[in-house]
Amino acid sequence: MDIKNLEKEKNEGIESLPSDERRKFLKIGLAVTGVFLGGTVLSLTSVSTAKGGNTDSVIPAEGQYPYPKHYSMIMRQNNCVDCEICMDACVETNHVPVGHGAWRTTIQERLTTVDGVEKREFRPILCNHCNRPPCVRVCPTRATYKDPETGIVVMNYKKCIGCKTCMAACPYNARYFNHDKYAIDKCNFCIDTRLAAGEKETACAAACPADVRVFGDLKDTSTEIYKLLHEPDKKIWVIRPECGALPNVFYMNA
Amino acid sequence: MAINQLTEIFTRTEDTRLATPGINWAMILFLIMIVVGLGLGASGFIVGHEAIYNNTREVPWGLLIATYAFWAITSTGLCIYAAISHLFGGTRMAIVSNRMVWMSIVCIFAAFATIGVEIASPHRMIFYNIMSPNPISNIWWMGTLYGIAVGCMIIEFFGIVTGLARIAVIIGTMGAFAEVLANSCLGGVFATLPARPYWYGGQLPIYFLTAAFLSGAAATILFNYLAYKLRGAEMSDAVKDGIKSAGKAMTLVLILYSVATFWRLIMYFVGGAELGRIAADALISGPLSLNFWVIEVCIGLLIPLILIILTRLQNIAMMAIAGFLILVGQFFARYDLVSAGLLVPGTLGWDNVPTYLDYVPSLIEWLVIGGSIGVVGFGFLIGERVFGKVFDQKEHH
Repeated sequence: MDIKNLEKEKNEGIESLPSDERRKFLKIGLAVTGVFLGGTVLSLTSVSTAKGGNTDSVIPAEGQYPYPKHYSMIMRQNNCVDCEICMDACVETNHVPVGHGAWRTTIQERLTTVDGVEKREFRPILCNHCNRPPCVRVCPTRATYKDPETGIVVMNYKKCIGCKTCMAACPYNARYFNHDKYAIDKCNFCIDTRLAAGEKETACAAACPADVRVFGDLKDTSTEIYKLLHEPDKKIWVIRPECGALPNVFYMNA
Repeated sequence: MAINQLTEIFTRTEDTRLATPGINWAMILFLIMIVVGLGLGASGFIVGHEAIYNNTREVPWGLLIATYAFWAITSTGLCIYAAISHLFGGTRMAIVSNRMVWMSIVCIFAAFATIGVEIASPHRMIFYNIMSPNPISNIWWMGTLYGIAVGCMIIEFFGIVTGLARIAVIIGTMGAFAEVLANSCLGGVFATLPARPYWYGGQLPIYFLTAAFLSGAAATILFNYLAYKLRGAEMSDAVKDGIKSAGKAMTLVLILYSVATFWRLIMYFVGGAELGRIAADALISGPLSLNFWVIEVCIGLLIPLILIILTRLQNIAMMAIAGFLILVGQFFARYDLVSAGLLVPGTLGWDNVPTYLDYVPSLIEWLVIGGSIGVVGFGFLIGERVFGKVFDQKEHH
């Protein structure tokens, strides 16, 4: 076809378009939609649980928290002085065994140099109760799962076969083998030991004398964690965001 | 009645040439390895696995998972070649395919034995794999598909022994499909973990399948060579042709596998996740470098390739040596893959953790590996003794 001649042609308009052509066009549209729909259906992670935020933020998009009570924690990292009271409170409350690398929460430490001055930094860590938890995805027997009410990643010990895939899958080293239960164990935001009894905070958050850990329900806009997380111009980060796990433990400096 | 029929079948299939004191002693030795190795592994259920294995919170997997992967991958390879031969008949390897089916079953049992004493509560697995399945878990699919595969292969072998060729071909093909899918899911177990950049990515399942084709061909040559060596018998020309066909497949896949290994490692040094690069560095110049350069590359890839080129696939004994070296290399490749993924701490930069975590397999871990070798050795010999005539095919049926 000679393109130069094309502009000399008379415009046919859409009035004279045969209904066959219209049908074909509609069919293409339906086929494209079908492909996208198929993609959604076949996606391994259900979309409702994968909400986590926009591309340039680690904070969940406002109003898109997948769980009726969306529990999470924010650490005011520079307040931490490594007193380890949180760790003791966790061990006592949740009967964490001693030895064999068992802990549900711990405090990491590193030395950095700021303006030529050596500085010691502390970072409390625990299970991140991810929105897209790798541990839950890999478990063959659904021994670990997202609690549908709270979004907390919990264990059903009797189903755990001890394959340790969840330990390999966790970006946060948050899982350990509990030799007393002979199953994998982890932090569960004290769901059974405190939240079930009506407490509003986890043992570690309640025990922290420096007010590092703020625990709460992100669904409730009146909570401190909601306000901290949505403070404008405040830098908030998560650990290992590149894993795409959409963690629910956030970090900021006070 | 049934006992009489069984006796009749065994009389028809057994190879009395192997009823020698030497073979009997070898079988006893392998049995001792099984009892000691797997027995000590099983003692973990009483004294606690932490008391006998050196795995830690940070390095939850090690030598045993690597060994499981090695045997499972070898089993897949043997099963695929046997199925292709049985299904299409035309390949020259068909003449040794019955032995390959048997050894595929034996290798998968060695894999099951190893993971059976590695998993903390396998009894829960049997129940909850069925009662509480997770269809998006690779481990679930891997276990289920290997279970189906071994069931199919046992039926297939029964068909071979009893002369039910049609059942053997149909069920055997299903078994091979299950093995390929299971192998793919085994690769997926590692490949779908973003927390471990050294494993994460779409290449790994294909890499595992390539490894299966390599190990399967190597094992075919080695076991057939040993079978004839044990009998002091000369291979017929047809069997030699079959082995040479396996040799061709082995050479081709050896090159493909080497290319895949090269690009796999190069990938980490051109960007991407830092933890992946550090893990790859463990192989290039770190704690796994001796394993990688000396055993994986030299013993497992280069020397076999040189042996094959020098003998131009004409010398069966040399090909058997090449096959053995490839299997040794493949074993270390599995160990290096599992280790490198876990040795780099995810919290690098904090807690003064070393760049590479410390994991050295315990003596009992090595003895369990000995137990798994015992399973394969014993399985091989008992197979030759009891079903020898079935393996000694004159032509493909």
